[in-house]
Amino acid sequence: MNRSQRLKLGIFRVVVLLLMGAFFLMPIGAMLEFSTRGNEVTSPRTLDAWVRIAQTPGLVKGIYTSLELAVITSLGMLALLLPTMVWVRLRLPRISRIVEFICLLPLTVPAIALVVGLKPLYIWVNINITPSVLALAFAYLVLVLPYSYRALDAGLAAIDLKTLSEAARSLGAGWGTVMLRIIIPNMPSAILNASLLSVALVLGEYTVANLLNFQNLQVEIAYVGLTDANTSTAVAVGALLLAFVLLMVLALVGGRLQQQHYVPGQRA
Amino acid sequence: MASEATRDHAGIEVRLEGLSRRYGSVVALNELNLTMAAGELVALLGPSGCGKTTALRLVAGLEEANGGRVVFGGKDVTGLPASKRDVGMVFQAYSLFPHMTAIQNVAFGLTLRRKTPDERRRRAGEMLELVGLSGFADRYASQLSGGQQQRVALARALAIEPTVLLLDEPLSALDAKVRSRLRDEIRRVQLDVGITTLFVTHDQEEALAIADRVGVMQAGHLEQLGPPTEIYSRPATPFVAEFVGLTNRIAGVVKGGGVEVRGTRLPLVMADTADGPAIALVRPEAVSLVVDGEMVPGPLVGTVIATAFLGATSRVTVDMGDGIVLAQMPTSDAGALTAGTRVRLALRKDPVLIARDEKATTEA
Repeated sequence: MNRSQRLKLGIFRVVVLLLMGAFFLMPIGAMLEFSTRGNEVTSPRTLDAWVRIAQTPGLVKGIYTSLELAVITSLGMLALLLPTMVWVRLRLPRISRIVEFICLLPLTVPAIALVVGLKPLYIWVNINITPSVLALAFAYLVLVLPYSYRALDAGLAAIDLKTLSEAARSLGAGWGTVMLRIIIPNMPSAILNASLLSVALVLGEYTVANLLNFQNLQVEIAYVGLTDANTSTAVAVGALLLAFVLLMVLALVGGRLQQQHYVPGQRA
Repeated sequence: MASEATRDHAGIEVRLEGLSRRYGSVVALNELNLTMAAGELVALLGPSGCGKTTALRLVAGLEEANGGRVVFGGKDVTGLPASKRDVGMVFQAYSLFPHMTAIQNVAFGLTLRRKTPDERRRRAGEMLELVGLSGFADRYASQLSGGQQQRVALARALAIEPTVLLLDEPLSALDAKVRSRLRDEIRRVQLDVGITTLFVTHDQEEALAIADRVGVMQAGHLEQLGPPTEIYSRPATPFVAEFVGLTNRIAGVVKGGGVEVRGTRLPLVMADTADGPAIALVRPEAVSLVVDGEMVPGPLVGTVIATAFLGATSRVTVDMGDGIVLAQMPTSDAGALTAGTRVRLALRKDPVLIARDEKATTEA
């Protein structure tokens, strides 16, 4: 590739980056702009809408609820999926296709169809177990399966699971120790990835919560938006920015964790 | 070296009694019986799929037997999981934990045994010294060469003072030079520690070089178990003769407890062989080549095709007109045997085995 070709490619890259950046950032910028508007067209910029977030109990509750749901869903997903996937890889490779199919299935089921199936279940749970909104975590556990499965599968494929676990077991480690001290520490970025995807999905989930009559963050945003568009927009921007920050943290922490044990250019 | 600190446990006797393992309808291991004396190094040798690795994994507890028992020093461990068996294991694939340094790897088993930090550091340091890697304690696996990784793996396996050491083709992933050096190192450490060791390999040179006894396996059972010299010079079955070392297949006739091969009568290993045409298995070093004046064409006269220099010895390929015969001799004797030289065979009168099949070609 000669110099002018390289230059053209460089320009092309910058143009694409700018276009995509504009595509993603313009709506967010517009929302930010809208959320800082005053009441009149001529009013100066104000953070009133942002301040009102804290003064709207429904929103605050919604934020806490969604954060709680995100944490529960992520942990539940890891506790359910990681041991299952390890076990299938080591002991039941025959059924790995079936497990993969089941995990990817939620992707093909529209949320509305899922709710139709879940509704009777949730009525029963509501009456017999708990009316708490946190019960939504069960539904979310199903929704995050496809994304988490993909992330964890990539992490597991990158390590020699069989040899490492057998080496640990021959040294006296039980299965719990193998999971906690050998497998998990060797796939930190895959686990962070899977968790972040779960968190992002839960923070942005509206359909299922709304149709099952639960008040999470997105439902509250929509509700507040009916009377106070500025504040609901402010919260929406805030939620988006939170997801971005989490992504950044993931990229930085994941990169650092990998660097610790792997010298660039060498392979174990 | 660290012999005082490491020779703190004598080896124990390890017995495999009628050990069997099936995968569906495939019999991987068929009632294997093997008793390893305390401190002995037994090598299981055989082609892939012969059951040698299965045997080792059953001893380790990484797989469950369909029948039979594994006994460590009089104690039946057949029902124990791998984590409770106290075996030290080195794998063919690199098995160091990537997120730990060399010394953390070696100390891992000690941590699980709730040793104090001081004790762990001391013992792990000793083990690294034993394998000659004291200076590499803080390296991660990715910063070590393949040979170094396997040495750390050996140190890690020995750190827990296992009752038995299991080596599953630990040298197969290494290049030739490192392989022979590490092979000798493993033997030195094993003798130093005095631990009973089962070594699985498909490489006959490895097995013959370091084992006290070699077990040649085929199709899930032991064909022969004995000291390396016996395996090589007195193979019990045709399979062993052909698997271990190079062997000439020369047509002959069995008659009255001997075999007539190209005019030379050779004794038989198995005297009860039925009379009739047969293929005799003759080692290349039992064949010597004579060059003298009169080369009357006959069953023992042939032409040198090629001479392969192997270092101290050379291997000469001779075209007999009706087949090829290999002869191995000191390089000093092979100097004159250039391609085209007419030679006469002389067969040493060692007992020979008869091949079971009737393939009439002679080959290596």
